[in-house]
Amino acid sequence: MKRITLLCLACMLAFPWVAGAQAQKPAKDDRDERLKDFEERISVLEAEVQALRAAAATQTVQAPAVAPAAFDVAARPAPAANPPLAQQAPETGGAQPQPPAYGGASSMAKVLNPDISVIGDFLGATGTSNVPPALQAAGRGPLPVLALHESEVGLQAIVDPYARADFFLSFGESGVNVEEGYLTFTSLPAGFVAKVGKMRSAFGKVNTLHNHVLPWTDRPLVTQSLVGGEDGIDDAGLSVTRILPAPGGIFLEGTAQVFRGDSADVFTSSQRSDASVAGHLRGYKDLNESTNVDLGVSYARGHNDLGSAFLTDLYGVDATLHWTPLRRTIYHNFVGRAEFVWSRRDQLPAQQRAFGFYTSGDYRINRRWTVGGRFDRSGRARTANLTDDGFSALLTYWPSEFSQIRGQYRFTKYAEGRNANELLFQFQFSLGAHGAHPF
Amino acid sequence: MTRPITYSRWMAGLLALALVAAACPQRMRAAGKIKIVTTTSDLASLAQEVGGDRVEVDSIARGYQDPHFVEAKPSFLLKLRQADLLITVGLELEIGWLPPLITQSGNPRIQPNSGGYFDTSQFAEILEKPTGVVTRAMGDVHASGNPHYWLDPENARRVAQGIANKLAEMNPGDTAYFHSRLADFSKRLTDAEKAWDAEMQPFHGRKVITYHRSWPNFLKHFDLVSAGEIEPRPGIPPTPSHTLELINMMKRDNVKIILVEPYFDLKTPDAIARETGAQVVVMPPSVGGEKEITDYFKLFDYDLALLTKALKAAQ
Repeated sequence: MKRITLLCLACMLAFPWVAGAQAQKPAKDDRDERLKDFEERISVLEAEVQALRAAAATQTVQAPAVAPAAFDVAARPAPAANPPLAQQAPETGGAQPQPPAYGGASSMAKVLNPDISVIGDFLGATGTSNVPPALQAAGRGPLPVLALHESEVGLQAIVDPYARADFFLSFGESGVNVEEGYLTFTSLPAGFVAKVGKMRSAFGKVNTLHNHVLPWTDRPLVTQSLVGGEDGIDDAGLSVTRILPAPGGIFLEGTAQVFRGDSADVFTSSQRSDASVAGHLRGYKDLNESTNVDLGVSYARGHNDLGSAFLTDLYGVDATLHWTPLRRTIYHNFVGRAEFVWSRRDQLPAQQRAFGFYTSGDYRINRRWTVGGRFDRSGRARTANLTDDGFSALLTYWPSEFSQIRGQYRFTKYAEGRNANELLFQFQFSLGAHGAHPF
Repeated sequence: MTRPITYSRWMAGLLALALVAAACPQRMRAAGKIKIVTTTSDLASLAQEVGGDRVEVDSIARGYQDPHFVEAKPSFLLKLRQADLLITVGLELEIGWLPPLITQSGNPRIQPNSGGYFDTSQFAEILEKPTGVVTRAMGDVHASGNPHYWLDPENARRVAQGIANKLAEMNPGDTAYFHSRLADFSKRLTDAEKAWDAEMQPFHGRKVITYHRSWPNFLKHFDLVSAGEIEPRPGIPPTPSHTLELINMMKRDNVKIILVEPYFDLKTPDAIARETGAQVVVMPPSVGGEKEITDYFKLFDYDLALLTKALKAAQ
C-alpha cells in the first residue's frame, strides 16, 4: 500500500515537469526515457524512506525522552532531523513488512548489542633470557620469539537502570580466560558502588590494569614474584567502593573486597571457607590543574597452596604522580609510578617475608613518541632471601590513538647470578568500541 | 601458623564497613538549587544563562583543553557525586573519559538513562553524519555526526531551550523563572547574532583551512567554506605528504586563513603559513579558551574579532 502511495507521490511531484516536457517534446522515445527516469527516482525515494525509517528506529531507542516543546523561544524551524523523526517512528515502523529477523540481525537488535572490542597484543622477544630453572619450574619461562600474546575481547553494556556489566575475555596462546566479567551496581543508595563477578583485585595499581594499558610490554618483577604475575589477584567475588568524606579537596576512596580465594599462585582455596580478602584506600589530590598525586595503601590476605592452615598476607603502598599540561594534553605528559609490596607467606619450615618494588617514569615527547624507564627489585615469595633486580628502557610510537608500537630493552639480574639482556617488541591494536578505563 | 579466616568473619567486616560508610553524610541539594555539572564550559555557560541563581554550575573540561582527551581524574568524581544534573555534548565526544567517571561516581541520579543525565545533541542540528560504511581508516570519526555543534548560535538557542525545559521539569516551581531567563537569553542572542552576521557579511564564501574538523557548524553559520584540514584524517597527526598537498591547494585556491584550536601544536600551521603567506588564527572553540571569554557571547565576540581582522588583512 505504502509503495503505491509513494509511487503516486512521486508521479504527482513529477507531473508538472512531465506535462511541461510533453508540451515541448511529445516524441514517444522521450516518454520511454522519462519512464525510466521516474523508475529510477522512485527507487531512490524508496531507498531514502528506508534509510529514514532505520534512522528513526535507532533514534527512538537511543533518545526516547525528547523534551517536550513546552515553549519555543523564537519561531525558528525545529532541528531538521531528530525529534520529529523519533516521534514519527512508531507510526511508520513496519509499514514495509520485513521477514522477522530471529538472529537479531535487525537494526533494532543491533542497537541493544553490547559495545564489542578486540585488542590484539603481539609480542616478540630476542636476546638472552637466562631464566633460572627454579623460576622456569614456577611457570615463568622465557617468552617465545614471536607470539600473539593476548587478544582481549571486551563486551560492555548497561544491563538495566540499576547496573552495567563488563566482560573481558582474554584469548592467549594456551586457551581462553575470563579475565574479568562483572556486574556493577551504579544506583545504590549512600554513594556505594558494588561489583559482583570475576574481577581484578584492587590491590595496588598494576594489579588492576589490563595488559593493554600498561606502560610496559611486561609486568614488573615485584608483580611476577609476589602478586601473581600477569594474571595477578583476579578472582570471583564481590567488591564495595565508596568515596569517603575528606577535607581540603582530597579525594578519598575506600574499597573492600571478598573473593573465593583462588588467584594464580598467590592464593588457593582448598575448602569453601578459604576466602581471600582485599582492601584499598586511595587518596588523590590535584596539586594544580596539570599535576596531581595519587597515593594508596592496600592489603590482601588469603590461603596459599599449602592448605587451609597456611596464609599469605600482602601489604602494598603505591604512589603515582601525573603531569599533563591542559593546553597540550595530546603532546606532553609525565607519569611517575612506584609501588612497594611486602609479602608474608606461611610455609614450612619457616614463614617467608619478602619485599619488592618498582619505580618507573614515562614522558610523552610529542604526539607520537613516548619514552620510559623502570627499575625493579623483588624478593621471591617462596624463597625470600633470593632477590632479583631489573632495569628497562622503553620507547613507544603511536601511529594513531588506536594502535601502538613499543620496544623495551630489559636487563634482569637474577639472584642466582644469571643476567638476562632482552629486547621485547610489541604491536598493540584496538578494534571497536573499548570502554575507557578508570584513571 | 593457623590464622583461620572465614567468609562469615569477612562478610561481617564488609557489612560493618558498608554501614559506617552509609552513615557518612551525603550532601543534599542546597537550598533548592539544582547542582549541574557539564562536560564542557560552553554547556556550563548556557546552563548558567537559563538557570540563573537557581542553579550551581560546574564544568569538567576547561575551555583551552581538547575536549576529546580529558583525563578522568578522581577530583571530577567529587563534583559528579553531588550533581543533580549532568549535561553532556554527546555524539561520543566524551567517550574516552566520561563513562568511567559516571560509573565510579556512585551517584544514581546521573547514570545514563536516569533523569539527571542530559545529552544536548538531541536538540542540535548535527552536521557531517557519516553515510555508508564507517571505519577507523577515516580516522577518529564520530559515527553519529560532528560533535562540535555548539559553535552555531542557532544550536545554542536550541540547547538552551532544552536545558530550560529540563530545569523546569526538575523544579516545576521555578518554571516561570527559567522561561523568562531563556526568553531573555534568546533575545540577547538574536541581537548579538545580528551584529555578528553583519560583521561577517563581507567575507561570505571565503575559504579557510582548519586544524581539526571542529568548525563545520561555525563555518556554515557564517557562510565560510572549509577547504581542508591540517590533520589528514580526524585525530591523525599531520603528515608531510598531506601538508604538501595542502600547501599546493592553498596556493592554487588562494586560501589565506588557517584556524587552529588553542590546544594544537603550531609547528605545522606556522610552516604552512610561511609557505603560503596565509595567517594562522588561534581561535578558541570554547568558553574559557582565553581569560576574557567568560560566557557564550564573549566567545563569538572574541573569535569574530580575531577572524575578521585576519580576513581583512588577507584581502
